[in-house]
Amino acid sequence: MSKNTQATLVRFANQIAKNFVAIGHDKAVLATADHIESFWDPRMKNAIFTGDRSGLDPIAEEAIEHLLEKGHPGTQTRATDFSKHGDLHNSDAG
Amino acid sequence: MGYEPQKDFGTPAVESDETVTLTIDGRKVTVPAGTSVMRAASESGGHIPKLCATDNVKAFGSCRLCLVEIEGARGTPASCTTPAAEGMVVKTQTPRLEKLRRGVMELYISDHPLDCLTCSANNDCELQDEAAAVGLRDVRYGYEGANHLGTTPDVSNPYFLFAPDKCIVCSRCVRACGEVQGTFALTVDGRGFASVISAGQDEDNFLSSECVSCGACVQACPTSALMEKSVKAIGKPERSVVTTCAYCGVGCTFRAEMRGEQLVRMVPYKDGKANRGHSCVKGRFAYGYANHQDRITKPMVREKITDPWREVSWEEALEFTSSKIKAIKAEHGPMALGGITSSRCTNEETFLVQKLIRAVFGSNNTDTCARVCHSPTGYGLKTTFGTSAGTQDFDSVQHTDVALVIGANPTDGHPVFASRLKKRLREGAKLIVIDPRRIDLVRSPHIEAAHHLPLQPGTNVAVLTAIAHVIVTEGLTNDKFIRERCEVDAYEEWARFVSDERHSPETLEPVTRVPAEELRAAARLYATGGNAAIYYGLGVTEHSQGSSTVMAIANLAMCTGNIGRKGVGVNPLRGQNNVQGACDMGSFPHELPGYRHLSDNATREMFEKDWGVSIDPNPGLRINNMLDAAVDGTFKAIYIQGEDILQSDPNTQHVADGLSAMDCVIVHDLFLNETANYAHVFLPGSTFLEKNGTFTNAERRIQPVRKVMEPANGYEDWQVTQLLANALGAGWNYSHPSEILDEIARLTGSFAGVSWEMLNERGSVQWPVNEKHPDGSPVMHIEGFVRGKGLFVVTDYVPTDEKTGPRFPLLLTTGRILSQYNVGAQTRRTANTVWHEEDLLEVHPVDAENRGLKDGDWAKLASRTGETTLRVKVTDRVAPGVVYTTFHHPATQANVVTTDFSDWATNCPEYKVTAVQVTPSNGPTDWQEDYQELTERSRRIAGDNSMEPAE
Repeated sequence: MSKNTQATLVRFANQIAKNFVAIGHDKAVLATADHIESFWDPRMKNAIFTGDRSGLDPIAEEAIEHLLEKGHPGTQTRATDFSKHGDLHNSDAG
Repeated sequence: MGYEPQKDFGTPAVESDETVTLTIDGRKVTVPAGTSVMRAASESGGHIPKLCATDNVKAFGSCRLCLVEIEGARGTPASCTTPAAEGMVVKTQTPRLEKLRRGVMELYISDHPLDCLTCSANNDCELQDEAAAVGLRDVRYGYEGANHLGTTPDVSNPYFLFAPDKCIVCSRCVRACGEVQGTFALTVDGRGFASVISAGQDEDNFLSSECVSCGACVQACPTSALMEKSVKAIGKPERSVVTTCAYCGVGCTFRAEMRGEQLVRMVPYKDGKANRGHSCVKGRFAYGYANHQDRITKPMVREKITDPWREVSWEEALEFTSSKIKAIKAEHGPMALGGITSSRCTNEETFLVQKLIRAVFGSNNTDTCARVCHSPTGYGLKTTFGTSAGTQDFDSVQHTDVALVIGANPTDGHPVFASRLKKRLREGAKLIVIDPRRIDLVRSPHIEAAHHLPLQPGTNVAVLTAIAHVIVTEGLTNDKFIRERCEVDAYEEWARFVSDERHSPETLEPVTRVPAEELRAAARLYATGGNAAIYYGLGVTEHSQGSSTVMAIANLAMCTGNIGRKGVGVNPLRGQNNVQGACDMGSFPHELPGYRHLSDNATREMFEKDWGVSIDPNPGLRINNMLDAAVDGTFKAIYIQGEDILQSDPNTQHVADGLSAMDCVIVHDLFLNETANYAHVFLPGSTFLEKNGTFTNAERRIQPVRKVMEPANGYEDWQVTQLLANALGAGWNYSHPSEILDEIARLTGSFAGVSWEMLNERGSVQWPVNEKHPDGSPVMHIEGFVRGKGLFVVTDYVPTDEKTGPRFPLLLTTGRILSQYNVGAQTRRTANTVWHEEDLLEVHPVDAENRGLKDGDWAKLASRTGETTLRVKVTDRVAPGVVYTTFHHPATQANVVTTDFSDWATNCPEYKVTAVQVTPSNGPTDWQEDYQELTERSRRIAGDNSMEPAE
């Protein structure tokens, strides 16, 4: 993973965390972890798990640690609560 | 069907709960109260002669041909202006009426050229038909008196001409321009015998006037006075096929009127539920790209992108491509492969491309152009409402009292919807515009926004939170709706958040630059003005807080109870014809069709069983991540159907670097687009006129696209995808898109009831279509939200990282213009270029003056990412400190300057905010010169004369 891509991933993670700040620190950590787990390709996750994380904000850092230690925290927002088999609600989280 | 004109009932349909029954020529007829006698006669199978009446404009009563006799009424009233009444007894054919009508017709014909046999409207002319209907046999006045014969036609418009000698001054064109289109470019100049239809001022012709070339006047004209040049050149059509426009997300229905395999004209279809018989310059006229000389119809390959292209057979192209894909897969694994589905292609084609990637390539690296336009709509509306689509149909606007338009420029981007909105505004609805630019809707003939909030680009969330602050703190919320329909705890938390003084319009004014009092007034109007509807576009989504802005919009609609009935709602104006469909069809890397995450085992197993493959449960890469991974060496091959990412995606250099790093770039398109400069394989595509399938428009309407001619390249696009899949060993055997649609319906709940036969029968249907809603769903969330209760989401304003500073003191925002579409691949290859030959940079007079720039000067536009040059247009449409341009031309490439910043949730690029500097310039930048050279080099085709570039 190049330095540029690593910097991009750190920026993405921080940006996600910042937009969850308003729901409170602990919830924001879980929501950030959930978002990354739901939308990131395995090589992106692997890069942020194993690469330089010094640029991460506290919430993003804790979210990554949560994913590393405890795995997916489960659905934290409706955006990651997807239709299930047979369900009819229609949604995409881009 | 064979060729016959669309039925014209003479006056518009009337909606009423009451009906009246009358007798017309002995026939009992029951119609809604308020219906004209003319329409009642027509609906019951009769025909009253008419010239000035047509059913898309109000009755006018001028030609006096439609006179009737009514028992008990004096004289002979005009049937177009006389409402049907209970018990009325009407006679439409009597000796007295016949004499009167012949007299009227005689006067018309005395000043009309009698060249019917050589006229382009011969046998398709209402004047001719009505002259026959009234039995005109003689013109007693002779033809020698004063007349209008021999006048010079106005041929200035590239698509239609105006021949004044054929004009009967019925004013249908003038009224269509006003009532249907809402432009008011036409008028009847002069009085009496001197009356003449005039576009603009005395010195104007149709082209130089304010005419927007929508074609409404041409459609309204009963003679050949306003006539498509194509009909004059080719002749009368001999058959017609109903199909769906392939331009914007409005999804207008058209009749493709044909002579053999030649398209004579596209005419808006009156029964089209999105457009109701109206059109814009793109859909109506700009189809010439389909046969443009630049179109590539043979497959081409090359080992290296520095080689010239080599034309090959389909077999060789597929063999070349499949061996490259197989080799890359063997060496680097399936995750090195991916593709991009097209929002311009059909649902069936999009579905097949993502199936190819997931089931044949074996990765989930599929994405679509919705990534760069409306992905935040998906995220935001899913989170708040539980479904990621607009809540209304376009007809809903007829019931709207307050329209809030934010980050959209409908008169240019979605013109047919804009006409419908303007019609409602002229009827008295109020308008709020939130946009950094003074878009046309803010003030145009007979339209004026009650409030225009010209915000600083990038402050959407701050403005919407301030509006919420006013609504909550001034007690304007709809508490009953909130209590019954929404999660109350979440509402209370949100209400506390927005009520904080730091979100007041006064506190935020220095950030948003919106005067607090104006914002307060707009908020009060939205909350208390009756049915309030929000319409938004890419000015909402293409920001680092695009998803938050969509949620902030949904919050406003919920807190005022503007959800779940006609006239209200949250309405994303989708950019391309099938953005909604491309999302529905599972184009995104984390989810299967029907918006089901890959990690859901039951869903994945259903697809695995149906497709006979195993599917990776992990999300794949988004477009921008694919480009990053390519530079990193872990992503090697991409199949791009119908999208020009080099021109349309942000930070062109980044896109070029990513594409250059790949071993196999497959471009499947009509033209050698900009992306093809970096391609190894070019698979020629087919136009919407050459294929069957369905598009889903912005109102979730699934509409059929019908083939009217054979593909010039030999195959419809879904067939090309199938050929590629089969070259890789897939063994697919679809013989018609209906079979793909059946597969979609089988695997996707909300399409459960949809089939090709059903669409042929009903015309179109709005999803969800299922057991609960067998006829589809024009308005969503009527009794409850899709996911139970509506969810308020706190949206904190997080300023973008893209900041102005001493080196880059201005903010650039980008948009579209009426005559051009997206990257211009289609519209630049039509006569639409007469309206927009190049992208211009709009600069406020103060900023221009400070830089010594005047109208028409060349300027260098530079950002931290790159620089380009383009001409300046000095205008106060933009605020000081803000500049604006379009991205329709590759020579300008506005995206050379846009940045990598993107929406926090979906990575939708932040096209709308770039810090820039503008300085005088005397020529193209190095980048532009290099790019021009690269383009010429990379478009060489071996064997062509002197290896000239294809374009």
